[in-house]
Amino acid sequence: MVSIVDYGAGNLRSVINAVVKLGYQPKLAVTAEDVLEAGALILPGVGAAAHTMHSLKRLGLDSAISRYIAEGRPFLGICIGLQVLFSSTEEGGGHDCLGIVPGVVKRLPDNLKIPHMGWNQVKQKIEHPIFNGVPDGANFYFVHSYYVEPDDRALVAGETEYGITICSVLIRDNLVATQFHPEKSGEAGLKIYDNFIRMAQQDKP
Amino acid sequence: MLTKRIIPCLDVKDGRVVKGKSFINLRDAGDPVALAKTYYEEGADELVFLDITATPEGRDTMVGVVERISQEVFMPLTVGGGLRKIDDMRRMLLAGADKISINTAAVLNPGLIREGADRFGSQCIVVAIDARRVKGDSQLRWQVYTHSGQKPSDLDAIEWAKEAVALGAGELLLTSMDADGHRAGYDNELNRAISEAVGVPVIASGGAGIPEDLYQALVSGRADAVLAASIFHYEEYSIDNIKSYLERRGIPIRR
Repeated sequence: MVSIVDYGAGNLRSVINAVVKLGYQPKLAVTAEDVLEAGALILPGVGAAAHTMHSLKRLGLDSAISRYIAEGRPFLGICIGLQVLFSSTEEGGGHDCLGIVPGVVKRLPDNLKIPHMGWNQVKQKIEHPIFNGVPDGANFYFVHSYYVEPDDRALVAGETEYGITICSVLIRDNLVATQFHPEKSGEAGLKIYDNFIRMAQQDKP
Repeated sequence: MLTKRIIPCLDVKDGRVVKGKSFINLRDAGDPVALAKTYYEEGADELVFLDITATPEGRDTMVGVVERISQEVFMPLTVGGGLRKIDDMRRMLLAGADKISINTAAVLNPGLIREGADRFGSQCIVVAIDARRVKGDSQLRWQVYTHSGQKPSDLDAIEWAKEAVALGAGELLLTSMDADGHRAGYDNELNRAISEAVGVPVIASGGAGIPEDLYQALVSGRADAVLAASIFHYEEYSIDNIKSYLERRGIPIRR
């Protein structure tokens, strides 16, 4: 069962539309129980990480998501859904995040147009089923002002150039997270969702 | 490398796409959902919908249109036109829009930019600026117009662009009223002046007639994206024609 965390994220509708387009009937995870019952969990996100953290805490979803991921279950984080996995973010003067992935979230250098907005290439650093049918260097749609820096560089599965090299796909076991928005990235983006859901289905005992 | 975006614009009135010369003499050019799907399949990078219906019934129609488009089209969608309140913005975002474009409402109430950015994030808030050259002035400058270009405001376009960004706009959609509808090229002095004055992406709009015009807006105008309507709607040039042309001229383009 595919579940999408509903904490009021701005891109919730688009993520639902993408999953439905692929022929699945996603469930909305609004409580901690919903999160823990998921077979495949998607955490959407757009906007500010601090706002997302606040919403997740208020709804009691933060510890459920941490537990779900700690159990090694299939998880896909999108944009802010990637950033909140980290220890902390520089955004809004500094905020603690979920602390699931050691590392920090930093602001893009000021000499660039911010946000990094538009289609940019993702260089695949590892072979992984999430990239099945997605050409190396395919374009995805980005819109963000902060980027993640995991302490463990081996987690960087995809990289993108925007003045600096940023981690655009992070993978640790069954945890996959993208800085770009696959639900806004045409056929290549739909493929990412499809691959993730297939991975989750194969993961079933 | 970040690619330059090619953005078709669909003016929608009562659920139908229309586009006119210099904002008047509208001509019907089709069903928004079908057009959006065509552009998506042809490789447009993003779509902008301007709802030029000013009535509440028209607004409801537009929400339905956005809902249907977002189920079929998996690329960024910006919606603008007559959105004056946070609740109007929220409705469009919930329907599947990614960004909200505000123009007159932002000039009349600049606090709306900050409120929208705080609420939905800067990346959601596009401030659209309609600017016209001030004639007879020794220094080159542009005046901001509101109400679909009908009313002059006392704002200078460059100063207003800076203020909008300071308030939280994540992107600017800049239309030259002098060039719009004439298909003789963008006002690239305007595009460049604004693009260099702000740190957010600028979409150039108004005046595209041939692919060279889009090239010039990206190069001379230093725009991050180009928006056009009639050049695409009447099938004189496909998205693919234009992208191939820009690619040959060395512009980074998504293929």
